[in-house]
Amino acid sequence: MVTLFGLVLLTLLVVTAVAIVITPNLFVAVMLMSIFSLIMAATFFILDAADVALTEAAIGAGMSTILFLGALALLAEREQRSRGRQWLPLAVVALTGFTLIYATFDKPRLGDPSAPVHQHVAPWYLEQTPVLMEMSNVVTAVLAGFRAYDTLGEVLVILTAGLGVMLILASGRPEPSRRGPAAVAGGLRHHLIPRVVGQLLIPFIVLFGLYLQFHGEFGPGGGFQAGAIIAVGIVLHALLEGEAAGRAILPTRVLVGLMAGGALLFCAVGIAGMLLGGNFLDYAVLAANPVAGQQLGIHLVEAGVGITVTGTLVAAFHAFADREPAA
Amino acid sequence: MIVDVLSFVMLALGGFFVFLGGLGALRLPDLYTRMHAASLTDSFGTILTLGGIMLQSCWSLATVKLLTILFFLMMTGPTASYALANAALLSVDDPEPHPPPATET
Amino acid sequence: MTLFGLYNYWVFALLLMIGLYAVIAKPNLVKKLLGLSIFQSAVFLLYISMAKVEGGTAPIIQHAGEPQVFSNPLPHVLILTAIVVGISTIALGLAIVVRIREEYGTIEENEIQARDRDR
Repeated sequence: MVTLFGLVLLTLLVVTAVAIVITPNLFVAVMLMSIFSLIMAATFFILDAADVALTEAAIGAGMSTILFLGALALLAEREQRSRGRQWLPLAVVALTGFTLIYATFDKPRLGDPSAPVHQHVAPWYLEQTPVLMEMSNVVTAVLAGFRAYDTLGEVLVILTAGLGVMLILASGRPEPSRRGPAAVAGGLRHHLIPRVVGQLLIPFIVLFGLYLQFHGEFGPGGGFQAGAIIAVGIVLHALLEGEAAGRAILPTRVLVGLMAGGALLFCAVGIAGMLLGGNFLDYAVLAANPVAGQQLGIHLVEAGVGITVTGTLVAAFHAFADREPAA
Repeated sequence: MIVDVLSFVMLALGGFFVFLGGLGALRLPDLYTRMHAASLTDSFGTILTLGGIMLQSCWSLATVKLLTILFFLMMTGPTASYALANAALLSVDDPEPHPPPATET
Repeated sequence: MTLFGLYNYWVFALLLMIGLYAVIAKPNLVKKLLGLSIFQSAVFLLYISMAKVEGGTAPIIQHAGEPQVFSNPLPHVLILTAIVVGISTIALGLAIVVRIREEYGTIEENEIQARDRDR
């Protein structure tokens, strides 16, 4: 029964993707993209990927839609002119598609336990995580423990992208709070219902984000999901109270501090490992016994990841929301 | 046994109301009537479906989590409908056609 | 059941091609970015489909020592970070599109190229 549900969701994915590409209205396309991400999150959950489903729902259906809408407000483009069917791209795409489908016939069927991907490192991770780290969530253990070097690279990529967005959209104007009373009003201040409900819910959204951050070792969760959800809470506040109030609670230097601070925390844990006699990002030397050291290292590293993700997503939102549309 | 039957009935009814909401959103003529239909999904669909699942996980931590989710959805669903209707009203869509303004005297 | 066993991969190929078509054939820059996002999601679907083990469950070990079938956690790790990196690059792309709009006045690729040729 679940298989049938999964098949229906996959078909819906293809239909939604075709609709996104075909529709001429960009606003409709962005909304369909949000639906596409949510169906993708449901598919991931059916495929037993709880952490990934959480991340895709929080980021794909949440932050991605906000960033696209923020950019669309600046672009002031709602329609695009169609140039008619283009035969060369269609031919290239069809040829590549047929080649890919022909290649899939060599793959082991879905769920085959004797597939090569399940044979080498994965059983070792599943066996050694309770022994070396005493942690329930194997994904967090691998992400922040066994493969922490990769995660460090990803955090640096996120930091770079956030700095890039801020530099590209830097306006050089003074902060809104210093611009005078004319620029202070804004947001949804005159809409009572969203403001009241939003102000009631924002503490719980941030609390849920913190719960995911610290519970990531025992259940689905971790730094990436927590960072996205806390960022969504902060963005909701900025949307409801106006951009000036949003900037006032997290000015630019605090955002840059958050983005860089998370990456610095990550690197500091690595260097602390080196200073205490181990290798870079070796957690076993951080505490009295190796297991406690691993858990301490993973907690600190996930905190660093959450801080950087929050800072980057909020900074990207403010970069778009603060810019005035071109004439 | 009774709990199983009851939860099955609730889940089936919830699915039926979600389907009705989707059908209405497609077939009704105007934005405001479509939002009426979509609010069926928000209220009946959510309560019945989550209620059916809560009956299946009787008196455990999962029930508390499901109650929290239900509460959250009950707060945000109608707010979203309000925001949508307000935005539509403020932009173009007028629920009632006005007579043309009186000519200048 | 070999047919249903490969459906995930066919959907992956279809989504990949739909995203690729949007990137190479649509002149609007935001449409290209949306196509890129679909392309990324298709790759995620491929990895997570490869990770599933039938009869398995999410790789969260509740009671150590019990023999239980888990899905492969390694692709989950890769895709988790890939999702966040994907949205960061999309944000960067959108920032560039906003600046292009301010400089050229349009976000249609053919008009931008025409304006470049005329300079």
